[in-house]
Amino acid sequence: MDLIANLAIGFDAAVTPLNLAYCFVGVLVGTLIGALPGLGPVATIAMLLPITFGLPPVTSLIMLAGIYYGAQYGGSTTAILINLPGESSSVITALDGYQMARKGRGGVALAVSAIGSFVAGTIATIVIALCAPPLAQVAIQFGPAEYFALMVLGLVGSIVLAQGPLLPAFGMIVLGLLLGTVGADPETSAPRFSGGLPELADGIGFVAVAMGLFGIAEMVSNVATMEGKGSAIRKVTSLTPTRSDMRRIVAPILRGTAIGSVLGVLPGGGAILASFAAYSVEKKVARSEVPFGSGAIEGVAAPEAANNAGAQTSFIPMLTLGIPANPVMALMIGALIIQGIQPGPAILREQPQLFWGVVVSMWIGNAFLVVLNLPLIGLWVRLLSIPYHLLYPAILLFCAIGAFSVSNSTFDLWLVAGFGAVGYVFSKLGCEPAPLVLAFILGPMMEDNLRRALMLSRGDPSALVSSPISIGLLVAAAVILLAIISPAIRSGRMKAFQESA
Amino acid sequence: MRALNVKRLWMGFVFVAIGAAFFAVARNYPMGTAGRMGPGYFPAMLAMLLMVVGALVSLQSVLTAPEPMERLDIARLLLICGSVVVFGLLVRTAGIALAAMALVLVSALASRAFDLRWAIPLAVALAAVCALVFVRLLGLPVPVLPPFAY
Repeated sequence: MDLIANLAIGFDAAVTPLNLAYCFVGVLVGTLIGALPGLGPVATIAMLLPITFGLPPVTSLIMLAGIYYGAQYGGSTTAILINLPGESSSVITALDGYQMARKGRGGVALAVSAIGSFVAGTIATIVIALCAPPLAQVAIQFGPAEYFALMVLGLVGSIVLAQGPLLPAFGMIVLGLLLGTVGADPETSAPRFSGGLPELADGIGFVAVAMGLFGIAEMVSNVATMEGKGSAIRKVTSLTPTRSDMRRIVAPILRGTAIGSVLGVLPGGGAILASFAAYSVEKKVARSEVPFGSGAIEGVAAPEAANNAGAQTSFIPMLTLGIPANPVMALMIGALIIQGIQPGPAILREQPQLFWGVVVSMWIGNAFLVVLNLPLIGLWVRLLSIPYHLLYPAILLFCAIGAFSVSNSTFDLWLVAGFGAVGYVFSKLGCEPAPLVLAFILGPMMEDNLRRALMLSRGDPSALVSSPISIGLLVAAAVILLAIISPAIRSGRMKAFQESA
Repeated sequence: MRALNVKRLWMGFVFVAIGAAFFAVARNYPMGTAGRMGPGYFPAMLAMLLMVVGALVSLQSVLTAPEPMERLDIARLLLICGSVVVFGLLVRTAGIALAAMALVLVSALASRAFDLRWAIPLAVALAAVCALVFVRLLGLPVPVLPPFAY
C-alpha cells in the first residue's frame, strides 16, 4: 500500500541517530524557550532558526518541527500555570487550564494537554500522509493565476484571525506586501527601495522582521507589566489523570482533532482558529462535571488537541503548494529557501525523503514531547518562577545573537531594533503583526505570479479568473470577506475574542 | 465636540505616511504596463492602496467609538532597542563578551527592579555563556575579547 510505503521512506529518512538527536534537542529547546513568558512559537522559531542553517535540509526541518511543537507546548504550560498564554492559540487553554491549576490540578491539566497533543498529532500525521499526495497532484496543475488566487485567499483568511478591526488588518497586509517588494525586482533585478544599501539588495531579512515584531515589541510591553509576576505559581502535585478524567477526555480529544485537522489546512487558518472552534463545540456538546471556564477538563483537552492537529495539518499547504498557512509556516519556508529548496508541488516528486521524512518526524516530535515533558514539568515550573527582569535581558541577548548569525551582519541588528520599535508602536495602535508578516512572505511570490499571469494574457486582467480553480478560490476569499463585514458574524467574532481576553 | 477614536486616527495617518513615502520612491522606477510590469508597477499600486486604506482608517476615527491613545513607553523602548544597537556596534570590534554585557546592562535599565547587584552578575554570566556556546562551540566568527586584551 502506498501509505505504508511512503511512511516507510519517511521513517528511513527521519530515524537516523543524528536526526533523532536534533529532533530531541529541538523539542527540548523549543519547550524551554516557549515556556518563557511572552515568547510564542514564532519568536522562538525566529530566534532558533539560525542554529539550523548549517544542518542538512531534512535534519534542519526536523529540528524546526521539534522546536515548533515544543514551543507550542511550552506556551500551553505558561497558559495553564500562570494564566499567561505565550501565543494566541493557547489563549483558550488558559480559560479552563488556569482554573484547574488554581484548584491544584495543574499537573493533570499539563498531562491532559500532552496526551491530547500526542493523540491529535498521531491522527493528523496520518491525515497528512493521506491528503498531501492527491493535493500535490492538483497543485501541479496550478498556473500563476491559480497561485495568485490562493494567496489572496490566504491573506483574506489572515484578516479573520487578526484580533481587532478589519480595515487596519487590511492595512497591515498591504504594508506587509509593500515591505516584501524591497530588494531586487524579480525580473530586471533592478534594486527597489534599497536606498543604495547593499544589505537591502536581497530584501529585508525576514528573521529580523519576525523577531522585531513578535519578540522585541512584546518584550517592551511586558517589561512594564510583568514585574514580579513569575512568583505566582501554584504547586504542581499529581500529574496522573484519574480514571474518570481519562474517560472524560477521550471524546473531546477526538472531536478536537477532527476540527483541528480540517481548519489547519485552510490558508490563514491553523492552530488558533482550531482551538477557538473546538472550545465552542465542547461547550455545546460535552456534559462536564464542572462548568466551562471554571476548570473543566474537557475545556483543556479539546482545544489542545485541535491546536496541535491544526499545527500539524498546516504543513500540508506549505509542503504541497509552497504557501504558508501562518507565520510559523512562513518561517519554515524561509528556512527551506535558505537551504536552497523551493517548497511546492515538485518537492513530493523530487525529494520524497525530505517530504516523508518531515511528515514522520512530526510524529516523532510529538512522541518526544510526551516522553520529555511529563518528567520535566517540574523543571518548566521552576523556570517560570524566575523573575521576568532576570529573563528578558537573556532573551534579548539570544535574539540579538540569533539575528546577527543569520548572515553575520550587524545590519540585521539595526533591522531587529527598528522593527521592534515599529512593532511596539503598532501594537499600541491596536494592529496585529501576524497579517503583516504573512503578507511580507507572500508578497514576492504574489507579485511574481501576478506579473506572469498578466504577461501571458498581455495585460488582460480577466486571465486571473479564467480557470475554475482560481474562480473558486477567489469566490471563497470574497465569501470570507463578506462574512467578516456582515454585522451578525462581526459581533460573534468580537464576542469570541472578548471571552478569551 | 465629540471625542475621536485617536488610535484609529494615528493608525490611518501612519498608513498614509508610509504609503506616500513608498509611492514617492516608486514613481521613479519604470512602470511598464499591466501586461509587462516594470519594477515600479506593483509597489506603486500597493502604495496607493495603502494611502487609500489609511485615509479610510482615519475616517473611521469619527465613526467608531472613541478610544484614547495608549501611552507609549518611549524610555523603555529606547533602552531595549538601543541595547540591541549597542550590541551591534560592539560585537565585531570589542568582542562578544563586552557586547553581551553592554546589551544586558542597558536593557536591564528598563526594569523597575533594576539594581546593579543583580545586573552585573547576570551580565557577566550571560557573557561567559555566549562566548563559550556561540563562539567556541558554534564557531560564530566574532572575537571574544577586544584585540588589546590578548
